[in-house]
Amino acid sequence: MKFRTLALGGALCAALAGMASAEVKVGMITTLSGGGAGLGIDVRDGFMLAIEQSGRTDIEVVIEDDQRKPDVAVQLADKLVQSEKVDVLTGIIWSNLAMAVVPSVTAQGKFYLSPNAGPSQLAGRGCNKNYFNVAWQNDAFNEAAGAWASENGIGKVFLMAPNYPAGKDMIAGFKRFFKGEVSEEVYTKLGQTDYAAEIAQVKASDADMVYYFLPGGMGISFMKQYAGSGAEKPVMGPAFSFDQGILGAIGEAALGVKNTAHWSKDLDVPGNAEFVESFVAKYDRLPSLYAAQGFDTGLLLVSAAEKADVSDADAFRAALEAADIQSVRGAFKFGANHHPIQTIYMREVVKEGDVVTNRIIGTAATDHTDAYGADCKM
Amino acid sequence: MSLILIAEQILNGLQSGIMLFLMAAGLTLIFGVMGLINLAHGSLYMVGAFCAAAVAAATGSFALGLVAALAGAAAAGALIELVVIRRLYDRDHLDQVLATFALILVFSEGTRWVFGSFPLYLDVPAALSGPVTLPGGIEYPLYRLTLILAGLAVAAGLFWLIARTRIGIQIRAGENDREMIAALGVDIDRLYTFIFALGAALAGLAGALVGAIQSVQVGMGEPVLILAFVTIVIGGIGSIKGALVGALLVGLTETLGSVFLPEVFKLFMAPAAATQTGASLSSMAIYILMAGVLLWRPTGLFGARA
Repeated sequence: MKFRTLALGGALCAALAGMASAEVKVGMITTLSGGGAGLGIDVRDGFMLAIEQSGRTDIEVVIEDDQRKPDVAVQLADKLVQSEKVDVLTGIIWSNLAMAVVPSVTAQGKFYLSPNAGPSQLAGRGCNKNYFNVAWQNDAFNEAAGAWASENGIGKVFLMAPNYPAGKDMIAGFKRFFKGEVSEEVYTKLGQTDYAAEIAQVKASDADMVYYFLPGGMGISFMKQYAGSGAEKPVMGPAFSFDQGILGAIGEAALGVKNTAHWSKDLDVPGNAEFVESFVAKYDRLPSLYAAQGFDTGLLLVSAAEKADVSDADAFRAALEAADIQSVRGAFKFGANHHPIQTIYMREVVKEGDVVTNRIIGTAATDHTDAYGADCKM
Repeated sequence: MSLILIAEQILNGLQSGIMLFLMAAGLTLIFGVMGLINLAHGSLYMVGAFCAAAVAAATGSFALGLVAALAGAAAAGALIELVVIRRLYDRDHLDQVLATFALILVFSEGTRWVFGSFPLYLDVPAALSGPVTLPGGIEYPLYRLTLILAGLAVAAGLFWLIARTRIGIQIRAGENDREMIAALGVDIDRLYTFIFALGAALAGLAGALVGAIQSVQVGMGEPVLILAFVTIVIGGIGSIKGALVGALLVGLTETLGSVFLPEVFKLFMAPAAATQTGASLSSMAIYILMAGVLLWRPTGLFGARA
């Protein structure tokens, strides 16, 4: 599957208008088919909305589907760099795919703006001056959740995540800031759909709370089964376990669940309400945090393209570092390792009319930065 | 590790086994009677779940959703039998694998095209939600208990169909000698379409029943398909009894393995390492079981002796 947005004659129009902006070519590699397609589609739609609203017709975006497969993503990156000759790459959802693609494209002098994945390796030793993470470092939401749980008197937790690197990162992030006791730590199979056995363990344990990272279909299955099991321990997780796409499928079983995120559709900052409204108008569904990240990535690209010519790499990089954007998350700036320094909120799942969605109930961490920046030498 | 937890885990194993049986029964019938390897069986499971979710959302009735799942999956099964599968009976297994793999891709993209990429909502009916307390103080979800009973009822119905009815005699005869029953005047084409639709309906029913507690999304059938193949190999290809015993063995091994193996390792290892090793070994457990069964009985537990 291949989507192309061609802005034909854009450069000509710009020249006629007498503006100094040059053409920018963007390659987007994201997941548009298979189990995790909802995430990639949200990032793509958010990103394209920002480009469209900027009114710039000289930004050309080539969109490719990685099918959530690292080998496909690597081939697409080679194709985009070598035959499409893109200036900037973006779009990857999954950490394992990002690890396969990002080091090679940044080494070739291309810019990479990450709208989702934030593996610890790329924040620390493997950081690169051309790599910018617009979303978060993997551990961030979990660190904030750990801090919040400690402050709110949670003594013992039951931790659960899939048995793969990102799952272990998330659990490690939670434990880094959690001062209480871990009663059990369970790693499930990636893609597991039946959690009856784990739920029975939760019920038998002495934990005060369950904390889990189960993105996509895994989170849907777990929450539905948990709600029907008679287990009554409160549930918490990073927002990936409770994003808008997941909540629609879980329904009321998720009401009252707490989760940490850097964004929510009710976040009261300039530009956010307009973003939510225009997203709903264009795509006829509520934006998820993935859509918000895609939108911010689009804003960042546009802001840099306004300030500098992409062929002047140093100037373009400086323009990206300045991050002169009205983010839908509010204040936004990059740390020295090009990862965001941002506030993380605690959200709660509520019902608004017929729609199950998230609402902010407090702040979990202010101006949070990641734990790996010290290892980054650019 | 209390007795209640052990009993609850055994029930969980039975429940996942009995749902696996619904998948495996169709697969083993189709392989036993027609000699066909149908990789697209998982897609029929997905079709059932999507039909149920769409109809339940439109009408608000879970029962109508189940009817739609049976009808939709049976219709999809009959359709692919008539259009594609019929041409494959005389081909070798590699051609069948290629063609039915293509069907997986067609079904996945087709479903995405119709329903979109986001998971659909399908929930347990209100009358069956929540837990019940069983004798001995075990608190168990009512819906899962219903699944066990419904699965056993379908299994009983299937055994009755195969052992006691005219169509059952034809199916058993078809397994033994298809030329002979064609010569005796049985319309073999119609019989094949019927068996295929029956297998598809069972897969669709499993998809709808399980979809209510899992996630209804594109690609949901493939992980189950792999387990179903393991099941019929353990049970003996072509045997319904083998499929039932194999499915229960696989369900119990998987559930109990994932809970108790980490506990066993904790007896002599550090907790973190024990969790790691236990989790890794439990994902291998059913394949180790399969290898063990095949060493002991190369044609499976109830397979025909070569």
